[in-house]
Amino acid sequence: MASATFQLWRGGHKDGHLQSYETEVSEGMVVLDAVHDIQATQANDLAVRWNCKAGKCGSCSAEINGKPRLMCMTRLNTLDLTKPVTVEPMRSFPLVRDLVTDVSWNFRVKKEIKQFTPRAPDAPDGTWRMQQTDVDRVQEFRKCIECFLCQDVCHVIRDHQEKDAFVGPRYLAYVAALEMHPLDTVDRTADLKTAHGIGLCNITKCCTHTCPEEIRITDNAIIPLKERVVDRFYDPLQALVRLVRGKKSS
Amino acid sequence: MSHAPLPLAPRKFGETMRTDAWWLQPAITVLVFGSFIAYSTWAALQGTHYHFGNYLSPFYSPELFGDSPHAWFGPKPAWWPGLVPFSPAILILWMPGGFRFTCYYYRGAYYKAFWADPPNCAVGEPRTSYRGENSFPLIVQNIHRYFLYLAIPFLFVLLHDAWKGLWFTDASGHVSFGIGVGTLVLALNVTLLSGYTLGCHAFRHLVGGMMDRISERPARKFAYDCASCLNRGHMQWAWFSLFGVAFADIYVRLCSMGIWTDWRLL
Repeated sequence: MASATFQLWRGGHKDGHLQSYETEVSEGMVVLDAVHDIQATQANDLAVRWNCKAGKCGSCSAEINGKPRLMCMTRLNTLDLTKPVTVEPMRSFPLVRDLVTDVSWNFRVKKEIKQFTPRAPDAPDGTWRMQQTDVDRVQEFRKCIECFLCQDVCHVIRDHQEKDAFVGPRYLAYVAALEMHPLDTVDRTADLKTAHGIGLCNITKCCTHTCPEEIRITDNAIIPLKERVVDRFYDPLQALVRLVRGKKSS
Repeated sequence: MSHAPLPLAPRKFGETMRTDAWWLQPAITVLVFGSFIAYSTWAALQGTHYHFGNYLSPFYSPELFGDSPHAWFGPKPAWWPGLVPFSPAILILWMPGGFRFTCYYYRGAYYKAFWADPPNCAVGEPRTSYRGENSFPLIVQNIHRYFLYLAIPFLFVLLHDAWKGLWFTDASGHVSFGIGVGTLVLALNVTLLSGYTLGCHAFRHLVGGMMDRISERPARKFAYDCASCLNRGHMQWAWFSLFGVAFADIYVRLCSMGIWTDWRLL
């Protein structure tokens, strides 16, 4: 068995520091395995959040060698183990201790988004009819595991801490899933421009590159929503079309 | 806990724990995109060596006014201010240039590379203040779709240029069908530009993306699917079309200057 050095963040935001641990590693291990080994043998009080160990619960988000990633999905053979591997907590959220952050801001943001409101049922039994092709687009966003790595890497939240003005890529994808849904009747376009702060996104695609579920957040959610905001607020031709038609296009 | 939870302090400019060459991508963008801007500006201001026989440089097409046989409305207009240098490219190049400058892909790339906002993902920034595209001047980027409207006719013009590249006039004035290397260069150029333009996010939205029940409009569904297919490789189309249009100009220019010979394949 080979050994590798891991530098784990220990402590809070004031007194925290990177602490080195050497542990044995073997083929097939992921970063979370190594962190668990260290916790079991060298640092029993290490705080680390995890659950499924299969890339589906979104609990073990951290920054590995400076990149926001899931610890359970980062195989050691993808890292250079001749140098110390750093594991830090997500920088965008309040640090509780060690590798655990308080992500509750995200849940508060979610509550501020207008909920799914379907049209009246299509059939007397209270059910709806819709085409698969119409829901294909929004089903991509349902893959989200709410690991909040996209929120972590987004520089608007991370570096500028614009948490009051910007909902972040996770919730722009959430709004896209609602807004593009063929049954939904609520209009969130004005909210996107103001309360959700979509104009703060400068489309650097860090969220897309980081997403462990490979959701094309920027191309399929944020930019289409930006275009809808343009339709409503910045495009006089579309305003003319709405005036002539007298209604919002479907 | 001895203190309230707070995020770790934001990193300083260029500070990161990333161990990869994060600076390489923005550096390449600065080098390639910067070189293209410098070359295209220089080429557009030359006003010479932009046509060779039946070939016309894409930087100068359509040639509305000019001295070449490709000009639509004759030579430089009399109303052109004497103090302003004239080049046929000045009249038209701002349209595809504006389309490229306001393109969603390029915006993300040059915000990173030229403005370090951020320098790359999870790398510290030089500034603490931030307004994004929420206010002037960057709110003007929302004009992108209008540049799209202006850019689409250029595809037809460039397609016509590629068609003209198939017809060669000999010394006696006889016109015959043929294929030269320049024909292929112009055809490749319009192909790459079409892939870039028709995969544009604004185009994708306008042809069908704005609809929530697109299944009710099969023609728009087809157009949306095609645009989405091209959009998946939008970054590649953006860069290859940039190289293509620059190379087409270089090819015509060097043939016109007698440095390169246009080989006839057919």
